[in-house]
Amino acid sequence: MNYDAVIVGAGHNGLVAACYLARAGQKVCVVEKNDWIGGAAVSRELYPGFTYSNCSYVASLFRPEIMRDLELPKFGLQILPYEGGAVFMENGDYLGMHRDHDANRREFARHSKRDAEAYDRYSRDVLRHCRFIRPMLLRTAPDPSSFRPRDLSELAWLGKQMFGLSEAAMYDMIRFWTMSISDFLDEYFEHPTVKAYQAVASIIGTALGPMSPGTAYVLLHHAMGDVDGNVGAWGFARGGMGSITKALKASLEAAGGEVRAGNGIEKILIKNGRAIGVAMENGDEVHGKRVVSNMDVKRTFLKHVDEGELPGDFVKRVKAFKIRGSSGKLNIALDKAPVFTALPPNSPHMKGDMHFTDSIEKMERAYDDWKAGHYSADPFQDMMIPTMIDPTMTPPGKHFMSCFVQYAPPKVEGQDWTDADRDGFAKACLDQIEKYAPGFKNSILHVEVRTPRELEKEVGLTEGNIFQGELTFDQLLFNRPVPGCAQYRSPIKDLWICGSSTHPGGGVMGAPGRNAASEILRDLRAPTKDMSEAYAVL
Amino acid sequence: MPSFDVIVIGGGTNGLAAAHRLQTSGRKVLVLEQAGQAGGAAVAREFAPGFRTPGLAHIANQIDSRVMSGMDLGRHGLGFVTSGLSSTALSATGDHLVLEGSAGATIRGTISDADRKNWLALRKQLLSFAEVLAPFKQLTAPRIAKRAGNEYGKLARFGLNLRMLGKADFREFLRMILINVYDVVNDELTDKRLKGLLTFDATLGSWLGPRSPNSLILLLNRLAGEGAGQRAALALPKGGMGAVADAMVKSATASGVNLRTGATVDSLLIEDDRAAGVRLANGEEVRAKIVVSAMSPKTTFLKLVGPRHLDAGFVKRIGDQKSRGAAAKLHLALKGAPDFRGADLKSRLVIAPSDDQVELAYNAVKYGEVPKRPVMEIVIPSAHEPGFAPAGHHVLSAVVQFAPHKPKAGADAARAEMLENALAMLEEHAPGIRALVTHAELLMPYDIEAQYGMVGGNWHHGELSVEQMLFLRPVAGIAQYATPIEGLWLAGAGCHPGGGISGAAGWNAAERIIREARA
Amino acid sequence: MNVMRNSDPRLHYLTPLKQTPFHPRTAAENRLNDWGPWAGYTTALSFGDTAMEHSAIRNGASVYDLCPMVKYRVTGRDAAAYLDRLTVRNASKLSVGGVHYTIWCDDAGKVIDDGTLFRLGQTDYRICCQERHLPWLLDSAIGFEVYIREETEDVAALSLQGPCAWSVLNAAGFDVADLKPFRMRSFPFDGGELMISRTGFTGDLGYELWTTPAHAIALWDHLFAAGAPWGIRPIGTHALDIARIEAGFIITNMDFIPVDQAVREDRARSPFELGLEWMVDFDKGHFTGRRALLKEKVNKSSKWALVGLDIDGNVSVEGSIIYHNGKTEVGTVTAACWSPSAKRNVALAQIRRPYHETGNLFVEVYALRELQYAKLMLPARMCERPFFAPPRRRATPPGPF
Repeated sequence: MNYDAVIVGAGHNGLVAACYLARAGQKVCVVEKNDWIGGAAVSRELYPGFTYSNCSYVASLFRPEIMRDLELPKFGLQILPYEGGAVFMENGDYLGMHRDHDANRREFARHSKRDAEAYDRYSRDVLRHCRFIRPMLLRTAPDPSSFRPRDLSELAWLGKQMFGLSEAAMYDMIRFWTMSISDFLDEYFEHPTVKAYQAVASIIGTALGPMSPGTAYVLLHHAMGDVDGNVGAWGFARGGMGSITKALKASLEAAGGEVRAGNGIEKILIKNGRAIGVAMENGDEVHGKRVVSNMDVKRTFLKHVDEGELPGDFVKRVKAFKIRGSSGKLNIALDKAPVFTALPPNSPHMKGDMHFTDSIEKMERAYDDWKAGHYSADPFQDMMIPTMIDPTMTPPGKHFMSCFVQYAPPKVEGQDWTDADRDGFAKACLDQIEKYAPGFKNSILHVEVRTPRELEKEVGLTEGNIFQGELTFDQLLFNRPVPGCAQYRSPIKDLWICGSSTHPGGGVMGAPGRNAASEILRDLRAPTKDMSEAYAVL
Repeated sequence: MPSFDVIVIGGGTNGLAAAHRLQTSGRKVLVLEQAGQAGGAAVAREFAPGFRTPGLAHIANQIDSRVMSGMDLGRHGLGFVTSGLSSTALSATGDHLVLEGSAGATIRGTISDADRKNWLALRKQLLSFAEVLAPFKQLTAPRIAKRAGNEYGKLARFGLNLRMLGKADFREFLRMILINVYDVVNDELTDKRLKGLLTFDATLGSWLGPRSPNSLILLLNRLAGEGAGQRAALALPKGGMGAVADAMVKSATASGVNLRTGATVDSLLIEDDRAAGVRLANGEEVRAKIVVSAMSPKTTFLKLVGPRHLDAGFVKRIGDQKSRGAAAKLHLALKGAPDFRGADLKSRLVIAPSDDQVELAYNAVKYGEVPKRPVMEIVIPSAHEPGFAPAGHHVLSAVVQFAPHKPKAGADAARAEMLENALAMLEEHAPGIRALVTHAELLMPYDIEAQYGMVGGNWHHGELSVEQMLFLRPVAGIAQYATPIEGLWLAGAGCHPGGGISGAAGWNAAERIIREARA
Repeated sequence: MNVMRNSDPRLHYLTPLKQTPFHPRTAAENRLNDWGPWAGYTTALSFGDTAMEHSAIRNGASVYDLCPMVKYRVTGRDAAAYLDRLTVRNASKLSVGGVHYTIWCDDAGKVIDDGTLFRLGQTDYRICCQERHLPWLLDSAIGFEVYIREETEDVAALSLQGPCAWSVLNAAGFDVADLKPFRMRSFPFDGGELMISRTGFTGDLGYELWTTPAHAIALWDHLFAAGAPWGIRPIGTHALDIARIEAGFIITNMDFIPVDQAVREDRARSPFELGLEWMVDFDKGHFTGRRALLKEKVNKSSKWALVGLDIDGNVSVEGSIIYHNGKTEVGTVTAACWSPSAKRNVALAQIRRPYHETGNLFVEVYALRELQYAKLMLPARMCERPFFAPPRRRATPPGPF
């Protein structure tokens, strides 16, 4: 059997690419090393009766165009907006989040009257930046060093977007893209906890602290998604994040595509400079006219391709690709809901994201630990209890808690993580929660602790980096993953990459997969339809 | 009172450069300097009986070529002890690394062949990028707008030069332009001393650590400078940096510029919404149609102009302009020659044991704290020539990083702690040096602010960071030296291309004023 | 639970829409239970019959609950200078006891908001406006000795409007016969103080009454007892909206987008583009936006005009697109109604210049009639605002009607 395309890795981007190709009439096969599919968008039962979103845990970035093209709701996907959210403060109070505009203002006003009235302007400014960047997500980044007509016309399009802004807005944007979130927030807000809450999105998954330039962009990366057109809003996938990949798989199979799980690839087969398929760990070979790798760029080229097949400077750049993991995760099955002493009874705040870091300084200090090669002693956690909204994940009355943690380095002081390190890391996180919800630890039924080590081993994310590569300017747009190789192609003919290592980067977005499929289909003269106009008014 | 066409506020390097250029364009120029002597950060001073500092700045590596030749500084007494100051990356074991020639063309010391080779390749690449960027220093920052009066010819040449790098280097330029210096040195090098030196140089005078994105461009900016007419060279003026100030003063006055020292400007005179002159602290009014402020943007707008004459959004942006200084200046009077384990005292001695140590030293200032182990650049002017210290004695001048501009512990406690930590670092690298110290002076950023008027103690009158560069310097909307007040111009280090003993901002501003007058 | 709601400030979210101090009375009167949110408060859209409520504005006396208006207090030595720099009008010239309608702009001369400025004392002003601006007001205070306090919840206010408004106040024991438009006067009331300003948003004879929440209910009851002979009745926002369109008044976020909220840059408008150039005082010294506005004036670079339209027929043209020559899109209707007072079909509209001068305008209307839309292209004529301006609004002393 010779497929049109063999896709390596059944993560969301691999499946998205496969779906688009299959719908264009290509015969595709997705191969997956794990017995389950989903990559980092996965739901797993790790404790009887409890579904865990054990990697990614919230949805917003997944492109609505893709959801619609691939009919994912028909195949079972439901995204539920969440409400609430809170930052627990050292002084015993909290800063709560509300979907209601006035409730949110009054909550801010409890802490700072000025900040309460500054929030609208802040949101407006961030939204402006989002509006600029969103149309770029489903476009291939042009190569500025190329004189090919398509690159030139895409560059011209980019220029037109820029010049669609006023001069002042352009300056605002360039400033925003290059500055630190801490400096940016200082221009709007005065209260440390208000700033800390806003800064959350600027460090998630990032090997930078909130005082590092470039973090304002990372905030944007997390703000440019939407739930039902509500830009910046986040939600849960009903049934856990695996529902996204389950729906993708169903959509793929409906289009005639195949998924083979439980067997990883040994290497990508290359003959006469062209990729012709993959050799599997069990000795099988799967052949295809092209191979599309959903693995990160390091894993793809440094582990599964003979170095001799690749140009030296390309290998050098791939080796230098920055993919330092910065985060870990605790997935917890709870016998009952925790009681946070700061919150009023029946508080809606538990239906959203909760944090224990009440100032930028604490966040930054947590990052200093990472720089020194330690996990953070006083970590930053993005904690959720999805079962506060989604009843399908646990038995009634029980809860699933997802704690995303920063910072956790890929190696501990240069050495591989040990089980003792992992336990110490978990303890720091659990102790932090216990401090704000006494008795919480007693209600734990099961904890899965994932450091970058586990993320790399199980999901295949090199160094445990959740974005398949850091989101700094040297690795964005035409620089992602490698300058001159940022259009989903690789130096090897018929070997493509479609994972988050490519533009526009990480998060459960699906855009890299869709863009890679578009490029493949463009080469096959079967371009995908452009829906940007219909969504542009947003 | 004679009448003047132009009043320049501030007789530092930029003020003098602007004054000279405007005077030679046929205008009558008056420079008002608050201190008893013009020259700003370049002025030398006796900090202990018989001991002179070389100036707040102690190395010339940014003197603008137009200032150098236009003001004919050589003829007015500026000479150089050396224009090829070497840099020694000090090692606490005496295993120093010495970089010689322009930007370390050769390395002396034990270093692996791979590092030696990779350094030369990296140096070449960085210098080629710096060469492309260098002309930017001598033009007005472009506006991103149609019919903006940009210097299109020069910009086109920049674009062309960028493409002339070749496809591979052009791509590398775009990849690296906003990268952090830490990743670059770690991609290419393994030697801690070399990485320490390079990351130190990149972050010198900034409020960034080596791992902060956008830090490589600061190294490129440094390499794009000129010392005594040579790209990327470090030069020591004869008599210290004070000699630069002296030569500039002489040249300016020779060209006819009126210089009044001890003249503090209280406020700008505004009539019919345009600049009409200045009012001095003593109540005297001096009138001129053009007023050029070489003071920092914050001082200029918030103090001299005043918020009432400005739009509220603009005042807010000026307030938000970041101007955190993180460099302290250390002056030691020594009763003998220190021994940095055999290092050549005529070299620039850098204590930056590794890139991680530089980053660690930066960590503290983020929280308004003093680093345990500061990093520093040392010059010993008395090792080069007499005149700084009594015979047999020495003066040590060091820029010590990173020092908090608003210490949580309070000004005095932080200064004492910083001095102690700096001396401990020195002792570690030059055993016995503490016993030689007869007098020590440490200027924290807030001391520098108090003495030199640099807001936050920042050398650049506002951080030189990407989001405050080019058309964003000092803030968007006034990056072409003109201000919202007609007739008032900016010419200080807060403007493009920033500070250092350079004069570029002042010269650019003057060129702009002349051009506007013609239009 | 109720006790806790009141005592625990964290529980504000249980009532995301607050009730105004008059709520016990307005709730009792609201036969339709027709409420809408306004700036974080629940407010009556209508009490029973919008047409009758509008009729009270033009015939008898109407009462509208103004509490949600955002209020800032500006005090301190530099208060006047501060407001001169903040707003486009001359606040120094406003005498103590005076009120004026004003706007303030950003640096680019685009309107942030409009509002009324009350001069309560030599160094004591109140700004009353639609949107929240604390950061802007504080940032504008840099360099001024001035104190800014948000005091929305500390003030309870009613608007008493209609030809019999003066009669009602007279009967209520407040002598305001010689109170001229845009003047105010204080009275002792209910052990506290009541401030009455001759201001309003209906273009009719009317007053606004300001006190503290503690005296709100007493004020309401007192007014309604005194006003019974003149058919005093509470009105909702729908009725007020008709009256304000008749008077040609604009509302922030309905007729223009405040520049600091505009996501799309091209939505920002200058005073010239909103027909408010008459209030820009270029001679008073510098104010925020002055240089940009002067440039706009000199270069005649305004892009938009806010105009009044008179449209054929009687179909309300709310939200319609305006065409020149029936073809070229040139603007949008921002507010419209059939005017019961002027007996005309009127609208406020933003029109791209120079089409505000060309004539030949049409309004495209989709009129829903029994589940089908009738698509109409109705001729529209520019006309003077206000559409309805009875002389009684300015008469001092006011007549009994």
